[in-house]
Amino acid sequence: MDYFEVRDLHVAIEGKEILRGASLSVKQGEVHAIMGPNGSGKSTLAFVMLGHPKYAVTKGEVLLRGKNVLEMKPEERAKAGMFLSFQYPFEISGLKFSKFLFEAYKARFPQEKTNVIQFQKLLNEKISQLQMNEEFAKRELNVGFSGGEKKRSEILQMLVLKPELAILDETDSGLDIDSLKLVSSAVNHMRSPNFSAIVITHYNRILKHLQPDIVHVMVDGRIVESGSRELAEKIEEKGYAKLYNVAEAKS
Amino acid sequence: MKREKERALTEMDYSKYDFHYDTKDYEVILEKGLNEKTVREISRIKNEPEWMTETRVKAFKHFIQRPMPTWGADLSEINFDEITYYMAPRKNAEDNWEDVPEYVKKTFDRLGIPEAEKKFLGGVGAQFDSEVVYHKIREDLEKQGVVFLSMDDGLKQYPEIVRKYFGKIIPFNDNKFAALNTATWSGGSFVYIPKNTKVDIPLQAYFRINAEKMGQFERTLIIAEENSQVSYFEACTAPRYSSKSLHAAVVELVALPGAHIRYTTIQNWSNNIYNLVTKRAFAYKNASVEWLDCNFGSRVTQKYPSVYMLGEGSKAEVLSIALAGQGQHQDAGAKAVHVAPNTTSRITSKSISKDGGRTSYRGLVKVFKGAKNVKSSVRCDALLLDEHSRSDTYPYIEIDEPTATIAHEASVGKVGEDQIFYLTSRGLSEEQALTLVVLGFIQPFIKQLPMEYALEMNRLIEMEMEDSVG
Repeated sequence: MDYFEVRDLHVAIEGKEILRGASLSVKQGEVHAIMGPNGSGKSTLAFVMLGHPKYAVTKGEVLLRGKNVLEMKPEERAKAGMFLSFQYPFEISGLKFSKFLFEAYKARFPQEKTNVIQFQKLLNEKISQLQMNEEFAKRELNVGFSGGEKKRSEILQMLVLKPELAILDETDSGLDIDSLKLVSSAVNHMRSPNFSAIVITHYNRILKHLQPDIVHVMVDGRIVESGSRELAEKIEEKGYAKLYNVAEAKS
Repeated sequence: MKREKERALTEMDYSKYDFHYDTKDYEVILEKGLNEKTVREISRIKNEPEWMTETRVKAFKHFIQRPMPTWGADLSEINFDEITYYMAPRKNAEDNWEDVPEYVKKTFDRLGIPEAEKKFLGGVGAQFDSEVVYHKIREDLEKQGVVFLSMDDGLKQYPEIVRKYFGKIIPFNDNKFAALNTATWSGGSFVYIPKNTKVDIPLQAYFRINAEKMGQFERTLIIAEENSQVSYFEACTAPRYSSKSLHAAVVELVALPGAHIRYTTIQNWSNNIYNLVTKRAFAYKNASVEWLDCNFGSRVTQKYPSVYMLGEGSKAEVLSIALAGQGQHQDAGAKAVHVAPNTTSRITSKSISKDGGRTSYRGLVKVFKGAKNVKSSVRCDALLLDEHSRSDTYPYIEIDEPTATIAHEASVGKVGEDQIFYLTSRGLSEEQALTLVVLGFIQPFIKQLPMEYALEMNRLIEMEMEDSVG
């Protein structure tokens, strides 16, 4: 039994099937990449792994240490160590970033009796690791954040919440080279036998920094090929259309 | 699932407020129902001057012939014959907690009033059903000439001032419930701030309805003399009963030239209260008036704090929030009436509807001819927590002056599945997530409150959100 498994997952939204038998298996400590053309179901897979209520799972299983994740609420999945870095994080006006993250931290580590001051210290360490300004913690959650700030904010949350399985949904999109390096090194920093990651991306460039153990290609709601790092390079060179006989993406 | 959710809501934990004492030890309980005899009896018990008795009777006559207003919330269930219009544990206010009847003291102890007084208040008034049972102002303020009394004592000790202003800001015939209040008023606060005096710690009044089928009609009058400043807080609660009670207050503020009054209300009535309140301020030259109005609880609230800017350069600010849950209708808003030139007003309204509750923003911005260079901005934001809740806006704008600059913005937001998913995917429960979204939404209001009240507000919101997730 692997640490994390997706078995023959079928998912529909408003009656339309988006995932059509996706399967995936991640061992502890591994970093996997999922590539694929637009509309192939990558973000859907990310949302379903954390339990977005909009998606209906019609068939299949998602297992974390053999336990059926699909029966768990999103907050239970988070408490079990899962984390999703959102491609488009949602804004919550009036909610201070640090207050939100402190609440999340207490939910994730209920046994720790961390007080506000200790938490602030921890948060500031992680903020400086990402070369951000401490004032950031006082801002309203995702409100008025630039594209790059949103991505850094997601990674900052990951550093603080120390997940065991992180799913990064296009965290590299819209990042400049410097930010990309920072984000990548933050993920690398977390790599340990107790940390696994699934990195969803369109580009090979983040994978150069992250050196994933396995690269998957998702087309039309299924994983159609899995391989080593070289697979990403092959895709970059040739494109999905040629390799997998799919139409050029519309968007 | 849904039924469970509704059951949870009706059993919402109001335990902190949900207790009451028997009325057997009350000094006075008048018979239920209202007639001229009752009105005269209230005045007689209070040993009032004749002009006040006659004012009451005149108001009563207006009340009975004035039709029920039908433009707002549904008031058809109010039965004026079933209400007791005057009942008092004691007829007079004490200034020593030790002299207050034991059960009354217990009530206010449980609500944390004596503790708050010690910690951060400049004065406290506590009203239990019809009468103010305790009233105390800090000595240093008293020495500066600041007056903070029950309205009844105000009338006794400062009859000329009361006669000069009583009913002048809100005439008895302003509306049906102002007439009712003028006829039956009892309790409330009388505040007088002398010229150039700045009171920088809040004065607080606490209104408690204890008995069933009770009408509470407090009357408050605040006069801030030239260049003075005062911050006044009122808090209201009641235990739950299955029968309806009525709260119809009248609050009159007078901000003389250069004066500043801030009036904050944190109302958390139980869901059986009809809360129909008239609040109005006159602001003279360069004076400013702020209403901070928080409406939780009650079955129906109709309340539109108003500022009449009578003097040049005067300012009005009204910041209000309302939360309506199952079976509740909060019809709240504000009125800014610009009579003089160079006056400015800002109205901000935030409303939250959940579990089938209904909020309405109803507001008026009026600019009289000749009131040049008026600036007014109105912003109302509504947040709907589910599909079967409702929110409406009724903004009235009457401008008779071309130089006015008026801005109006309104938004209705729904708490999205996506927002909640974002927060729950970080480990927060759905209830916590909703609470944080709601707290964030009313943050502009909370920011305006002193810390002690801000904490209380957070706690109230958390309590309101408890079990509201199915």
